[in-house]
Parts: sequence; C-alpha cells; structure tokens
Amino acid sequence: MSVVGAALAATGASCAGGVLAALAVPRARRALVVGMLTCVAGACATVAGAAAMLGHTWAAELPGLLPLSGVVLGVDALGGVFVAVGGAVAVAVALYGIGYSRHGLDGRAVQAMVPVFVGSLLLVPIAADVTTLLVAWELMALTSLLLVVAEHRRRAAVASAGRWYAVMTHLGFVAILIGLLVLAAPAADGSFAAVRAAAGALPPVAAGAVFVLCLVGFGSKAGIVPLHAWLPRAHPEAPSPVSALMSAAMVNLGVYGIVRVGLDLMGGGTRWWWLLVMALGAVSAVYGILQAVVSSDLKRLLAYSTTENMGLVLVGVGACGLFAATGNPVLAALALTAALLHLLGHAAFKTLLFLGAGSVLHATGTRDLDELGGLRAGMPVTTAAFGLGALAASTLPPGTAFVGEWLLLQSLVHGLPAPGVATSIVLPVAVAAVALTAGLAVATFVKAFGVGFLARPRSDAAAAARESPPTMLAGMALAGVACVVLAVAPTVVLPVLATVAGDLLAVAPPVSGAVTVELAGVTGALSPLLLATALALAAALVVVLPRLLVARRARRAARLWDCGAGPLSARMEYTATSFAEPLQRVFDDVLQPVQDIDVTHHRESAYLVQSVAYRRLVPDRVERRLYTPVLAAAAAWGRVGRRLGTGSVHRYLGYGFVGLCGLLVLLVLTR
Amino acid sequence: MTALGVLGGALQAVLVVVGSPLLVGLMRQVRARMEGRAGAGVGQPWRDLRKLLGKQPITPRGTSELFRVAPVLLVAMTLVVAVVAPFVSTASALPPVADLIVVVALLAHGTVVLALAGLDTGTAFGGMGASRETTILALVEPTALMAIFALSVPVGSTALPAIVGSGLQDPARVLSPASLLAAVALLLVVVAETGRLPVDNPSTHLELTMVHEAMVLEYAGPDLALVELGSAMRLSVYLGLLANLFLPWGIATEAGVLALALGVLALVVKVAVLGAALAFAEVFLAKVRLFRVPELLAGSFLLALLAVTAAYFPA
Repeated sequence: MSVVGAALAATGASCAGGVLAALAVPRARRALVVGMLTCVAGACATVAGAAAMLGHTWAAELPGLLPLSGVVLGVDALGGVFVAVGGAVAVAVALYGIGYSRHGLDGRAVQAMVPVFVGSLLLVPIAADVTTLLVAWELMALTSLLLVVAEHRRRAAVASAGRWYAVMTHLGFVAILIGLLVLAAPAADGSFAAVRAAAGALPPVAAGAVFVLCLVGFGSKAGIVPLHAWLPRAHPEAPSPVSALMSAAMVNLGVYGIVRVGLDLMGGGTRWWWLLVMALGAVSAVYGILQAVVSSDLKRLLAYSTTENMGLVLVGVGACGLFAATGNPVLAALALTAALLHLLGHAAFKTLLFLGAGSVLHATGTRDLDELGGLRAGMPVTTAAFGLGALAASTLPPGTAFVGEWLLLQSLVHGLPAPGVATSIVLPVAVAAVALTAGLAVATFVKAFGVGFLARPRSDAAAAARESPPTMLAGMALAGVACVVLAVAPTVVLPVLATVAGDLLAVAPPVSGAVTVELAGVTGALSPLLLATALALAAALVVVLPRLLVARRARRAARLWDCGAGPLSARMEYTATSFAEPLQRVFDDVLQPVQDIDVTHHRESAYLVQSVAYRRLVPDRVERRLYTPVLAAAAAWGRVGRRLGTGSVHRYLGYGFVGLCGLLVLLVLTR
Repeated sequence: MTALGVLGGALQAVLVVVGSPLLVGLMRQVRARMEGRAGAGVGQPWRDLRKLLGKQPITPRGTSELFRVAPVLLVAMTLVVAVVAPFVSTASALPPVADLIVVVALLAHGTVVLALAGLDTGTAFGGMGASRETTILALVEPTALMAIFALSVPVGSTALPAIVGSGLQDPARVLSPASLLAAVALLLVVVAETGRLPVDNPSTHLELTMVHEAMVLEYAGPDLALVELGSAMRLSVYLGLLANLFLPWGIATEAGVLALALGVLALVVKVAVLGAALAFAEVFLAKVRLFRVPELLAGSFLLALLAVTAAYFPA
C-alpha cells in the first residue's frame, strides 16, 4: 500500500474513531477526544494530499460497500490539492473546536457529526466514479446541514438558514445528478476513466447541457451569484468552526467539480462554456464584495467575501478553459495555477478570519460590528490574528491573496491576441471586475478590522471581552502560519500546483523558482520574500535614521483632540455603518438600500426634536428579484393544489378514474 | 541585480527623500505667487520637518501600537517603491519587486495603514477621514490597475523596467490611443491618491472638507514629521512614475557617471515641471463635494476601461 493509501486509511480510521468517541466518551472529555481525533484525521489527509500532489497516485475499489457499482476511490494530483486543503483546514478547525465546543456544542450528535463532515468532504475529491462522487456529495450536504442547524434552539434565524441551505443544496444536487448521469450514459461503467474515454461521443448540445447543469450544481455549492442565496445565511448562523470548514474547505469542492467535469472528464469543451464561467465568476466577485463592504454583520461580511473569492477563482478557471479552447495551453496552465493558488490562500485566510470571528462571538456574544471595537485591549492575540487575516484577504502586498491575484492578472495580460469579438470584450470586463474587487476588498477589510478591533469599545460586551482559551488560539495560530507562508514564500507550494495544472493541460509547469516566482513561457517575475525583506529593512532604516539625527525624548501621553468639549464618548465614533456609508451611496443604484428615518418632535414645539430613529437595511437584490417571485409562485401553486384535496374520498376515486382513462387513451393514441 | 540597478536605487532613495519636501515647497511657492503672495520659500517644508523632528513625541491616550507604527510603515513602503521603481535608471535594484502592480498596491497599502491609524484613535475625525480616504482608495485602485493593465498588454509584461524600456525603444507606442487614455486615467489616480485638488485640499482644516488631514489629526511631533515626509514622498514617487511611464527620455540605461547624472537631472526636471503644472492648475480649481468625487473617479475608470479595450484591439 502506498503512502497515500496508508494516510487515507488512517484518515478514515480517525474519523470513525471520532464518531465512536463522540458517542461513547462522557461530556467532560468528549470535545477534547473528538477534536484530537479529527485533528489527526486532517493531518493524515494533508499528508495524503501532499503526496498525491507530488505524483503518488492511489486507487482502490470496495465493491461491497454500495449496491450495484460499489465504492471506487482514486487520488490523482488534482484531487490531492483539494484533499490537502480540506485536511489542513480540518486540523486548524478541530483544534479550535476543542475550546469552542464548551459553550453548548458538546452534545453527542453535534460532536459525532464533525468527523463525518470532515470525512465526507475529504471523500469527494477522492471519489473516482460517478456514484461514489454523488454519495459523498450528498453525505457532505447532509452532515453540513445538521451542523448548520446545531444552534437552532438558541436563535430563530438558524432554522430559516437551515431551510434555505437544505433546499439550495438539494437543487444543486439534482442538477449535478442529471448532468453526471447524462455524461456517464455512453460510458461502459460509471468510473471516471470510462466516462473520460466516452465523453467525446456526446453530441455538442448534450455536452453543453451537461456542462451547464454541472456548473449550476457545483456553482451553487461554491456560492456563485445568483445561486449564492444560502451562503450569507448559513455561514453566519452555523457555529464558527463549522463556518470555517464550510467557507474554507467545502465551497472549494464546487470549484473542484467544475474543473474535474469541465477540464478533466469532458476534456475542455468549447469557448462559450468558459466565457460563461468567467462571466459568472466576475459577477460573483463584484456582487459579493459589494455586499460585503456594506455589511455590518462580521460573519455575513466574511460569507459574502467567500462568494467574492470563489468568483475570482472561477475567473481563473474560466480563463484557463478559454485559453485551452483557443489553443494556448501554457497560458491556460498559468491561469489554473493562479486559480489554485488563490483557492489555497483563500482557505488559509478564511479559516483564520472565521475562527477569529468565532472568538469575538464567543467573547462578546455579538457579531454586529456596530457594537464591537476596542477588542485589541482585551483580546490581543485574536486581534493580531484577525489583522493578519484581513491583510491576507485584502490583496495588498505582502499579503496572501496578492500573489494569487498577481498571477491571475499575469495570465490575463498575456491573453493577447484574443481571438474573437466575444473574447476581446469579456477579457477586459473580467479584468475590470478583478480590479474593482481589489479596491473594494481593501475597504471591506479596513472596515472589519479597523472598526471591529481598533478604536474604543462601542458596547459593554465589547469592553468586557476576554481572550479565548489556548486551544482556540492554537487553531488560529496554525491558520496564521499558513497565511504567512503563502504570503511570503508561495514558492513552497507554487511549483507543485504548477505541475498539477501543467499535467492536467499536458504542458510543462508554468511557474517555477525558489525565491522568485518566475513564469515560464511568458515574461514576469515576483518575489514576495524579497519584498517583505525590503520592507523590513526600510522600516528599520526609518526607525533608526531619525534617532541618529535628532536626540529622542521620552514619549508623553496626551488627551485626544476633543474640540475642547470634554471627553469623547464611544457614541461619537464612526461605526461600521457610517464607515461604509459613502461607498453605499456611491453604489446606491446597484445595492438599493432601504433607509428609514423616523423623527419624533416634542409635543410643545415642532422645532424641538425628541428622538430620531434611523434604520438601514441592504437587502440582497438578486435574492429579492429572483427568489421572491419564484417562492411566491411556488406558494401560489401550493394554495391551488390544496383546493384539489378536500378530503372527499369520492373526489380522490374520481381523480384515479380520470387519470387511468387518460393513460389508456394515451396508450391507444401512441400505439 | 546589476551595478546600474543598485547605484540607481541608492540614488533614487536619496533623491526622493531629500527632494520630495522641496517639491512640496515648490508647489506651494508656485501657488503662492499665482495668488499674489510672497510665499514661504521652497525650503519651508524642510524647516517644518526639522522643527517637528526635534519635538517631544506624544501618544494620544487610548491608541495602540498600530498608531505609532503607521507613520514608519508609510515611509518604509514609499521608500521601497522609491528604490525599486525605474526613476533614474531603467535597471532596478530588485527586479522581482519592480512590478507595476506591486508598486501601485504598495503605495495603496501606505494609505490603508494610515486609515487604520485614523480609526484607531476612536475620534469622530479619525473615523471620518479614514472612511473618506478608504472610499476614494477603493474607487481609485481599480482605475490604477486598469491603467496598468492597458500599459502592460502591448509590452507583454507588468515589469516596470520592461514598460519604461519599451517606451524608450518605441516612442510611437507612447502616443497610441491606449497609452494616452491610460495617461489621463493615471493622472486622475495620482491626483486622488495624493490628495490634491479637486479631490482633497491639502491645506484645509475644515471638518466638512478634510479627508487626509482628518485622518492624521492626532499626530504630532516626530510622528507627524514622518507622516508629512511620507505624503511628500508619495507625491514625488507618483509624479516620477507618471513621468517615466509616458515620458521616459533621459533615464540612464548604462552605469556611467554622466548617464546617471543625466538621469537625475531629467527626473528632477520632469517631476518639477509636472508638480509646478499641477500647482498651477490647482489655482483655478475648487474642491468638489465629496459625493461628486466618485463621478470624477468613475470617469477615469471608464477611460481606463477604454484604454484596456483599445489595448486588446491592436491597430
């Protein structure tokens, strides 16, 4: 048995052990034992994924496990990337979960569900036939749903979020099911090898339909607009470690599905598929970050940021498919490498940010940024961790997301000469979307970090916040280390990712270099390590040089400038809402916020104001335009349907009689 | 890393640090003369800096380390750009960092650090300045990236030395529609990013109109000196980039004393002329309302988008 097989077997065993432990171990130790076992499972999976990325493949068949086709497993380099990412996220989250679970999340059912969820999301990328993939996908959907609704007794919003998630994820599943069944129809059996060999036999229209169905199904899991409606509901309402697992590991599998089906199984396809992917990615990126920038709910903001980042990844995947379809596999491999690196970076910083947000929620009981602030005094480690995550997410050098975005822009810069009018329109628009996203992401994370953690506390809960227990800090530290490594030394993983992308497109790896990220085939180089070093040296110089020139005197503390009007209170501070107000006003036409100002006057005089109430709501416009009419239609249909069933047995017998007659008539006519 | 690059980088760093307060002084002097005042002289910003550096450092109560580190980071980030970008010579001291995307993002990062420091004070002014500055940044950053993209597509690289070098070899490219549109867009970016009229008034202290000044209101003494120096350096670095991207002539291409001297002279003249022209134009401009600024920036974004589209449809 190879390294990969052994590590995966250990993963499976640890997950199973975790479930048993959750059921058997008493409450006092339960979270610790389950957390440690899940941690081990994640670590083993990371090893397996890394080995698979380095070229060790593994395959196995377990015919007795499922009726008809059995379970077929196999890991290749592409699957290895997602196994490694999922495993690594699971390690940090499981460690964090040990401390987090003390607050009402250490029940048997919830604890047992965590290892199953981790196992199922590691099973998806190693499934090597259609049936196994579908079963793993559904298992992942069900376990994540159960975890989302873990706190349903405490907040009413959880149940609603759970319903949205359940419906959306199953609609997505149906789309994938139909798509994959049509795809597998001409193949000898359901295994990926057979499907790959027979994919050419599909007529172009059917192939296009299969791709669109899979794009809808997998895209809804990745939170792509307009199928994102579940994401900003489920991620904030789930317990924070679960949010991190979903946002950093589960949504990636949507991208995995699109890459696996579109690029691998169907072998690339035609240009319009990928233009569609790119357009959806661009729209998601801009829409997601626009919603994030005006959101004052910390976890909702992070959830919308997930939509944005998955959009950027899909722009990369779309560019890859487009370049491959127009006969430029080197650029295609570069775009795919950029997408994979961004996916990796997103997993790292989104884990960190969600875990940080979880700590804040844990300590203050609120995730409303308007009530936070001043956390740096009580929670210095969490503040530093969240600050690091915010830097990583905001596409500024030296940050984690910057390298991925730089690579993506490199692949688009070299996308010349663009063949076809549609391509030369979509490419600049995609660039514009990426650019717009970069600017708004900066504003989003300046707001999240600056308002949430700096300044003065805006509520008593924020003022009384205390640091989280050590296991939670350890989980954040792991994710933080991953962020720093990916930001400063992306060359640790980039050549491997480039090999994965190169192998998929049958070209040499497009990126190489140990200190400097060097592009092969096109000009371009970037060295985050040198940049960070130069920045550190320059900062040292700026500190030292003035001290050599002028004698330094001791620092003195002084009052803040309060216009001579006495001490400033927290109510005079800018809040998250007021911080984002100018941007909300700029994008008024797109966001269409609902504002409500209610002024109450004194009874004696209309010139004296007694109180002013201000309410602002930024509803999700896509949801209002797209989902509300559909839901209303479904409800109307339901009301009509209710009239058919009055409870009268005669009527039901009548329905049966009419139906039977109709069937017989149909048979006679078609014979 | 070549000898020319290292020499040029060192020269640039000294030139930008020493010269940028003089540039600010020059711009103020031009403005003063245009308004019929005598003016304080070109050396006044340096005299101010010397005075501020000698004062006792003051920390406002309730601020964190970030507030104290922000000015240092601002100057350090601008200094790195001053060293790596091709201002005096086409070779860069650190070629893998001299990327146009990196340079512009690094300059934006300086603004972000100051905005966080403004929020950290927890005052109404700090939050207001940070909110406004971040709004402008969020709208300027896309324009800058698009303009960069339009310049990079014909060259096939985002490396600054390559773009500047290609401008030297092929002067016709500088006059192409894509390049001209990008030039106008980048000019607006520079005006917005450095807080000049009509986006922000650098000499105002009125709460209704302040953007940058509101953000740094709590700084005093040596910290304020660093903030002022950093802002001046940003201005000269942006003007230098603008000058060399579109008018690269005079820049040193080989490591000789004469070539480097010519490079320094060319840079000083170009930046001084650009700065004086900017100051001259500002006399006739009033600051626009904050909520009219996005219209201006949307216009420049459109120009940049047109530039990219023009770059994708080569003549």
